Amino acid sequence: MAISTAREKATWIIITVAVVIYALFPVASILATSFKAPSDLANGTFLPREFSTLNYEQILIGDAQGLFLTALRNSIGIAVIATCIAVVLATLAAYAIARLEFRGKKLILTTALAVSVFPVISIVTPLFNIWRSIGLYDTWLGLIIPYLSLTLPISIWTLAAFFRQIPWELEQAAQVDGATPWQAFSKAIVPLAAPGVFTTAIIAFFIAWNDFVYGIALTSTESARTVPAALAFFTGASQFESPTGAISAAAIIVTLPVVVLVLAFQRQIVSGLTQGAVKG
Amino acid sequence: MSVDTRRRSSAGRAAQPVRSERVRAEARLGWWLAGPAFVVMLAVTLYPILQAGWDSLFHFRLTAPADKSFAGAANYVNILGDPLFWQSLGVTLLITVVTVAVELLLGFALALVMQRGLKSVRGLVRTAILIPYGIITVVSAFSWFYMFDISSGFVNSWFDWVPGIGPETNWFAGTWGSLFVVIASEIWKTTPFISLLLLAGLAQVPTELEEAAEVDGATWSERMARVVLPNMKAAIMVAVLFRALDAFRIFDNVFIMTNGAYGTEVLSLLAYRTSIGRLEIGLGSAISVLLFLCVLLICFISIKAFKIDLAGTRGGK
Repeated sequence: MAISTAREKATWIIITVAVVIYALFPVASILATSFKAPSDLANGTFLPREFSTLNYEQILIGDAQGLFLTALRNSIGIAVIATCIAVVLATLAAYAIARLEFRGKKLILTTALAVSVFPVISIVTPLFNIWRSIGLYDTWLGLIIPYLSLTLPISIWTLAAFFRQIPWELEQAAQVDGATPWQAFSKAIVPLAAPGVFTTAIIAFFIAWNDFVYGIALTSTESARTVPAALAFFTGASQFESPTGAISAAAIIVTLPVVVLVLAFQRQIVSGLTQGAVKG
Repeated sequence: MSVDTRRRSSAGRAAQPVRSERVRAEARLGWWLAGPAFVVMLAVTLYPILQAGWDSLFHFRLTAPADKSFAGAANYVNILGDPLFWQSLGVTLLITVVTVAVELLLGFALALVMQRGLKSVRGLVRTAILIPYGIITVVSAFSWFYMFDISSGFVNSWFDWVPGIGPETNWFAGTWGSLFVVIASEIWKTTPFISLLLLAGLAQVPTELEEAAEVDGATWSERMARVVLPNMKAAIMVAVLFRALDAFRIFDNVFIMTNGAYGTEVLSLLAYRTSIGRLEIGLGSAISVLLFLCVLLICFISIKAFKIDLAGTRGGK
C-alpha cells in the first residue's frame, strides 16, 4: 500500500465524516423532532427552537402512556422469547451440522435459506385465518411462532459458520488429559462457542424487534401489539392534532436498545453477519 | 454424496459392524439435535403456504364464512385481469431495480471506506454504518416521512434553491415524490447489509494479486475492474440476490408513508389490504401465492443466470 500522505489523510477524514453524517442523519432528525414542542413542529426547521420534553412525558407518563408502555412490554417480551427459542434450536442444529456426519445436513441448510427468502406477507394471510380459528390471534404466542420464521434461519446459518471454525480437537485433547466427556465439552468447547451464540442472539433480536408485518396483521388490541405496529396506528390527542412529536419520542425510545447493542458489540455483530452470509 | 464416500472409506478401515453402528448412532443424534429446528421451520412456513394455496381456490370472505364455495382458478383470473395487480407489480419491480442498483454502488463505496479507511476511525465508521441496520424500518420510515412532510419537514426550506422545490412542495401528493422518499428511506436502511456482505467479499480478495497489479503499473480503476471485482463475484451476487428478494417484499415504508395512495401500492401491501383489510381470504391467498411464485422465480433466474451455488457460497460444506 502507498504511504499515506497528509492530503490522503485529509481526504479520508472528509469521507469518514460524510459517511457518519449519512448514517446518522435520519436518526438525528427524528431525535430533533422528538424534542420539539407542539407549537414548534410545523416551523420547517431541523432543530427545535426551544428544547421540550413534552413528547416524552406524553408517552411515558401522559395520556399515551398506556398505549406505548404496553406495546413496549409486548415488544420486549415477544422479541426476547422468540430470540431465545430460535437461538436454542439453532445452537443444537448448528452443533449437529458442524460436528456430526449425517445425511440431510444440506437439506437443513437449504431449508433455512428458503425460509429466509420466503415472503412474510405470503404466510400472513393463512396465519391470520388459522390463528383466528384456533385462538392464537392477538396473543403473544401468536407472534412468537411466526417470528421463528424470521429468527431461526439466520441463527442456523450464523451459528453453523461460527461452529465450523471451532477447533473440535480440543475436546479430545482435554479427554486425553483426563477430563470426562462432559467436562471436556463444557470447559473446552462452550467458552469458544459462547461468543458466537451471543452474537447470533443479538442479530436475531434485531430482526424480531424490527418486524412490522406480523405485528399489524396478527394483532388487534393492546394485548399483543408491538411497538412498530402501535406506532403505525398511533393517533394524536385529538383528530386534528398529528401525533408527530409523540411518535418521534417513541421512535427514539425503541431505537435506544439497538444503539446500545451496536455500540457495545459492533465488532461481533459485523463478524457474525458476514460469517453467516459469505464465508465458506 | 461426499459424505457417503467418506463414510464408506473410513468404515472399510475400522471393524465393520462397530463402525456402522457408530455411524448410525451419530446420524440419529444429528437428527435429534437438528430435527426440532427443521420441523419448526417447515411448520411456520410450509404449512401456511399450503393452506394459502388451498384457500386461494375458494370464494371465501371472512365477513360471510358460510358462503365459502369452490372457485377453481377464478381468484387467479380475477387478479391477473386486474390492472391494479400489474401496476403494483410494476411499482414493486421499479423499487427493486432502483434500490438494488444504487445500494450496490453505495454499499461498495462504504465497504471500501470500512476496509481501507484510516485505521483510527475504522471502528467509528463501522458502528455508524451498523446503526441504520439496527433501526426499526418503521422508525426509519417515520423519520424520512417527517423530513419531507409538508408541515413538519425541513427539506423544503433547506432545498428551496433547487428548481422545483419550494415551501409548498408536497412530496406525498404524487407518485414520483412519494416513490422518491420511499426509495431513499429503503436505501438508507438496507445499504449497511449489502456493504457488510461486500466487505466480507473484499476481505477474500488476495492482497498479493492487487499489489502485483499495482507494481505492474495498473491504475486504481484498472485494479478494481480487473482484480478486485472479479475476485469478489460470489459476494456481489449473493448481496444482489438477497437484497433483490428483500426489496421485492417491501412493505413497512410504503405502509407508513402513503399506505398505497397515488399509485405507490406494492404487491405486499396489495396482499395485506385484500386479505386482512377487506377480509377477502380467497383473493388475498391467491395474491400471496402469486407473490411467493414471483420470489421463487427471482431465485430460480438468479441461480441459473449467475450460476450461484447458494448453499456453497453461503457457507455450505
